Amino acid sequence: MSAYKIIDHEYDVIVLGAGGSGLRAAVGLSEAGLKTACISKVFPTRSHTSAAQGGISASLGNMGEDDWRWHMYDTVKGADWLGDQDSIEYLCKEAPAAVIELEKYGVPFSRTEDGKIYQRPFGGMTKDYGNGIVQRTCAAADRTGHAILHTLYGQALKHNTEFFIEYFALDLLMKDGECKGLIAWNLNDGTIHRFRAHSTIIATGGYGKAYYSATSAHTCTGDGNAMVLRAGLPLQDMEFVQFHPTGIYGHGTLISEGVRGEGGYLVNSKGERFMERYAPNAKDLASRDVVSRSMSIEINEGRGVGKDQDHVHLHLSHLDKSIIESRLPGITEAARLFANVDVTKEPIPVVPTVHYNMGGIPTNYKAEVLTGNDSNKTVPGLMAIGEAACVSVHGANRLGSNSLIDLVVFGRAAARRAAELVKPGTPHEDIGESETEKCLERFDKLRSANGENNTSELRLAMQKTMQSKCAVFRTEKTLKEGVDEIRKTYDGMESISVKDRSLVFNTDLVETLEFDNLIRQAITTVDSAYNRQESRGAHAREDFPKRDDEKFMQHTVAWCNGKDTKIGYRPVTTKTLTNEVQYFPPQERVY
Amino acid sequence: MVQINLPKNSEVQKGIYYQDKTGSKNIRKVNVYRWDPSDEENPRVDTYEVDMDNCPSKVLDILNKIKNEIDPSLAYRRSCAHGVCGSCAMNMDGKNGLACTKPHSEIVGDINIYPLPHLKVKKDLIGDLSGLYKQYESIEPWLKTNTKVETTEIIQSQKDRKKLDGAYECIMCACCSTSCPSYWWNGDKYLGPAVLLQAYRWIVDSRDDERKERLKKVADELKLYRCHTIMNCTNACPKGLNPAKAIAELKKMLATS
Repeated sequence: MSAYKIIDHEYDVIVLGAGGSGLRAAVGLSEAGLKTACISKVFPTRSHTSAAQGGISASLGNMGEDDWRWHMYDTVKGADWLGDQDSIEYLCKEAPAAVIELEKYGVPFSRTEDGKIYQRPFGGMTKDYGNGIVQRTCAAADRTGHAILHTLYGQALKHNTEFFIEYFALDLLMKDGECKGLIAWNLNDGTIHRFRAHSTIIATGGYGKAYYSATSAHTCTGDGNAMVLRAGLPLQDMEFVQFHPTGIYGHGTLISEGVRGEGGYLVNSKGERFMERYAPNAKDLASRDVVSRSMSIEINEGRGVGKDQDHVHLHLSHLDKSIIESRLPGITEAARLFANVDVTKEPIPVVPTVHYNMGGIPTNYKAEVLTGNDSNKTVPGLMAIGEAACVSVHGANRLGSNSLIDLVVFGRAAARRAAELVKPGTPHEDIGESETEKCLERFDKLRSANGENNTSELRLAMQKTMQSKCAVFRTEKTLKEGVDEIRKTYDGMESISVKDRSLVFNTDLVETLEFDNLIRQAITTVDSAYNRQESRGAHAREDFPKRDDEKFMQHTVAWCNGKDTKIGYRPVTTKTLTNEVQYFPPQERVY
Repeated sequence: MVQINLPKNSEVQKGIYYQDKTGSKNIRKVNVYRWDPSDEENPRVDTYEVDMDNCPSKVLDILNKIKNEIDPSLAYRRSCAHGVCGSCAMNMDGKNGLACTKPHSEIVGDINIYPLPHLKVKKDLIGDLSGLYKQYESIEPWLKTNTKVETTEIIQSQKDRKKLDGAYECIMCACCSTSCPSYWWNGDKYLGPAVLLQAYRWIVDSRDDERKERLKKVADELKLYRCHTIMNCTNACPKGLNPAKAIAELKKMLATS
């Protein structure tokens, strides 16, 4: 592969991805005096954190009494007891300080009358261990992710983080089970770059684009997850894909849960507020898996709205106009642009839409990547944070507003841990050329791919398979069909075609590399789902409607080599981190 | 009379014509600017016949259709597809905007798509925004506060918070700056509307303790006063923001301070 000119870089730490978690990590690393590079395929403020709307959870107690232990209980229950309680304790305990820190960075949070951070109700967030609703979700109108992302980018600039922007990462550099850095392709000039680092932090987000209808951006292709798979490491709990109850029908644009937090509600074709039947206490603010399933049942039983009766209505026209204007301006604009709806007069047509991946790269609460064997052994030199990681704080279902807090709490934790592990300026040992060659061989093979199948056709086939065979409700039959179909699509890659041979902004090749990343994650997702014979959180099996704690209160770990997977299980952590809180044993999950 | 010509290699030429292969009766012609730095060729405008019966409503949908079904080599930036990331800013029908929020039904006749004006082109519709990003960095977009309180937030009244509305929502798409003739002419020195709006955002933040220093820093013949209130910026903003007003406010603050 000598045809490619390779440019070498040496850093103490590199962060791959410049969304909320990657930027927060980069800020902490720079503060700790570590020479840090942040590599991203898009300019930082284009990252998908910008699309987060409703808010960021933390038990600040600005709108009434709150306690991080209540937040922890809600998160454990929301996760349907698949979350690791040491990590969840860490998340909820650290959350208030992390939000206060964001405010000091300059995030323009909405305010209460006495000038404190405004907090709104959100699904599954309760007081006193499930007894009533609490206002815990800190908001900057309905543009909280955008506000946080831009502020964190400013902080990274303040700390002189070195950015490598519009660099597409290809593969990790592994040696004897340790991560030594990564290889990336500079889209701006077509050069290949080899980044050496003592610690590599993956913050590449989720892979929503494996599905046809998702709130995810075009760039949400889970590149880091796929790099981990190619490095022979497993992904965890990939069967848990969150469907957000309120994506705009036909377009997929997110309509924040904050709408229901502010008093909006769902209605079927009979004009009935059906959530009252499914979740008598929490109603429209039950957790997302519960609401999405309820909507699907309403639609399946013929009570959907519209010509094809295939969606439901989200009403907010009864809300005070000033509340809509001040707290929900973004979704007002989105509803107008993508549903042609004036929210002060008409309901928004919505349908459950793929939104978030609970699964990802297994890590401990310090963000260190695990080998996946039940010993909790870590992979030296490799960390993961944000949606790419599976810490696991979200278990089988994430609560709304717990992802933004996940980004900053674990972004911060990763920086702290890296600062403990890496001494600034430590020299890099030689690792030879074999990994680089392997990586560039794959790159070159795809670049010169001369087959008959367009990337876009294969991508569409994959997305349709995932959407129809691995959706809100699953059965043995649909999953088996999915397991087979997705492999046929994978085989199509043998004869894939890339028309553009250039190296500068070759977006044809970028999309092909992204598809190669997506299909591996699609395979692990559908295989993991096929093997989990129970219903838990977002994984609802019609043929196994009950949760089976005896057999399946375990994390799925899936290795994937080409289209061959190996599925294993590792125990859920049932210990808390400290004695400040007791373990929450499994209960029946009702809202 | 002096005659001014473009250099030979920047003359835009007629490109490839992609005829419809679907047999659709509902066809629109889409003209797209193309330039690839890897060959020695001049820029050109390719024309695609696009089947509108099977195309969703936005200009980005047209581009995706071209890339997926007709010509995968077409290069453009895109990500969120609902107007929050700012990636797909481009010039459509002679006006800057986001392809993901611009309905093609608003365009009469052939649809002409170009990169944002007056940027160096990297490839096809991808412009070089590195200059604008450097200017953004220069206004130091982070809170500067002397507060000693660590465990609670800095108190900000709802009234003070309201001052940030219309400024913090900017998605840095550069539609405004690249529509500004002053920025075309002096883009290396004049900060332009996008960056000035952000300078304003920090200046009016009641939590910031360096308002005066910030104001002083932008009070410059070139950085600020190259704004001649042409108002193209406000006209171009796909988020409905008003950078021209923010610039006017800055000038007013300086005049009265």
